[in-house]
Amino acid sequence: MNNTDIKRITPKNITDKEFFYGHKACAGCGGSLAVRLALKVLGERTFAVLPAGCMSAVGFIYPQMAFVNNAIISTFPGAASMASGISVGARALGLKDYKTVVFAGDGGTADIGIQALSGAIDRNEDIIYVCYDNEAYMNTGIQKSGLTPYGTKTTTTPAGKNIHGAQTFKKNLFEIMAAHEIAYAATASVGYPQDYIDKINKAKHTKGTSFIHVYATCPTGWGIPTEIAIQIAKEAVDSGLFYLAEYQNRNFKLNKNPKSFFPVKDYLLKQSRFKHLTDNDIKIIEQQRDEKWEYMRKHWN
Amino acid sequence: MNRPKVQKYVKPKHIDDYPVGPQFTAGFLAETNAGWRTFRPIIDKNLCINCLRCYIVCPDGVIFKSENKVDVDYDYCKGCGVCAHECPVNAIKMVKEELL
Ligand SMILES: Cc1ncc(C[n+]2csc(CCOP(=O)(O)OP(=O)(O)O)c2C)c(N)n1
Ligand code: SF4
Ligand SMILES: [Mg+2]
Repeated sequence: MNNTDIKRITPKNITDKEFFYGHKACAGCGGSLAVRLALKVLGERTFAVLPAGCMSAVGFIYPQMAFVNNAIISTFPGAASMASGISVGARALGLKDYKTVVFAGDGGTADIGIQALSGAIDRNEDIIYVCYDNEAYMNTGIQKSGLTPYGTKTTTTPAGKNIHGAQTFKKNLFEIMAAHEIAYAATASVGYPQDYIDKINKAKHTKGTSFIHVYATCPTGWGIPTEIAIQIAKEAVDSGLFYLAEYQNRNFKLNKNPKSFFPVKDYLLKQSRFKHLTDNDIKIIEQQRDEKWEYMRKHWN
Repeated sequence: MNRPKVQKYVKPKHIDDYPVGPQFTAGFLAETNAGWRTFRPIIDKNLCINCLRCYIVCPDGVIFKSENKVDVDYDYCKGCGVCAHECPVNAIKMVKEELL
C-alpha cells in the first residue's frame, strides 16, 4: 500500500482514548510515550507483547494493569515468538481486524530477542515490532547493550581515567532488519512525534512484519532534567547521531537529510552519561557519524 | 471512557476473588500517581492556541482536549514538565505544589 492511500493520523484526529495509562514509568520517560502513541494509532483491537524491560515493569504492577487493550509479558528472548503465536492463533480462531504489536527495549531487541525476531521476519509474521531504544538495559540499573553508543557511561562501562565509557558503537539494527528483506522497517524518534505516528500508521497498514526502531529518552539513565526529554530526542536526530529512515521494497530512504548538523557537543554534554567525554572522544564520535552519513547519502534514496 | 480512573482495590479474601490471570482487568488502577509530583503544570487558557503539542508529547497521556483547549488529569500527572517546555507560546507554567 502506498503512503498516500493511508489516512493520515494527526493530533487533531487521533483517538481521544488512552491505552497506556497510570503506568509507573519515571517522569519524562520517552519509552512510555512511544508505547502510548503507538497504541493510539493501532487502536483497542491490539494485542501487545512486552518482554522484560521498563515498559513491562511499569505497566503490570499487581494489581495495577496500565494497559487498556490486551497486553501480556513474554520471556525476555521470546517476544517475537509470542507475538507470532498470538497473531496466527487469533487468525485460527477466526478473529478479524486486529493487530499484534511488540514493545521491546534495545537490550531485548538488539541482543537478547534478536533470534526470535529474525525468525518472525523470516516467516513474515503479521506483527509490528517496536524497539524503544533508550541505549542501555535501564530496568536493571543501566547496563551497556548492543545499542549503547560509543563513550556512554553505564554501570558496566564506567568512565575511568583510561577508558572513557563504552568502547563500541551502536549495532546497525535497522540495516540488520532490512537485510531480511522485511516488509517494512523504519527508524523514528520521540523527538519527532508526527513522523513516528506516520510510521506506526504505515506499519499498521503493512501486511507481514514491520519493524520500528524508535529513539526514546530515559531521563533516569541519561542524567537529564525530565522536561527536556523530547528536546534531547530531537537533538539526537538534528546532530546526526540518530537518523530517520525507512526501508521498503528493497529501497532505503532517508526521511531527513540536514545540510548542517546541530553541534554534537551541545547534545552530548547536557547528559551526565557523556559528561566525562574529552574533545578527542567527541572527535571520534563525529568522525563515525560523518562516515555513516557519507554512506547513507551515497547509497540510500 | 477515554482514560481509566482510580478504582478501589479490595484485597482478595478468598481464592475465587483473585483474577484468573496474573493481573486484574485491563485499565485497573488501584492508586493515583499525583504524589510523585513536585511541580504542577498550570495552563493559561487565554494563551493556549490549541496546537495540541503538549497533548501529543505527554508521556503519561494526562493532557486531554477540552472545549477547544487542553486540560490536565492531575490524578496521573507526574509533573515532568515536558508540556511546559514544549509549549510554543509558554501557556503552561510549572508551579511548586506546596505553593498552591
Ligand atoms: C532471561 C532474563 N535475563 C535477564 C532479566 C533481567 N532483566 C529484566 S529487564 C532487563 C533490562 C532490559 O533492558 P532493555 O531491553 O533495554 O529495556 P529497558 O529496561 O531499557 O526498557 C533485564 C536485564 C530477565 N528478566 N530475564
Ligand atoms: S528507567 Fe528510563 S526507560 Fe525506565 S521507566 Fe525510567 S525513564 Fe523510562
Ligand atoms: Mg533499554
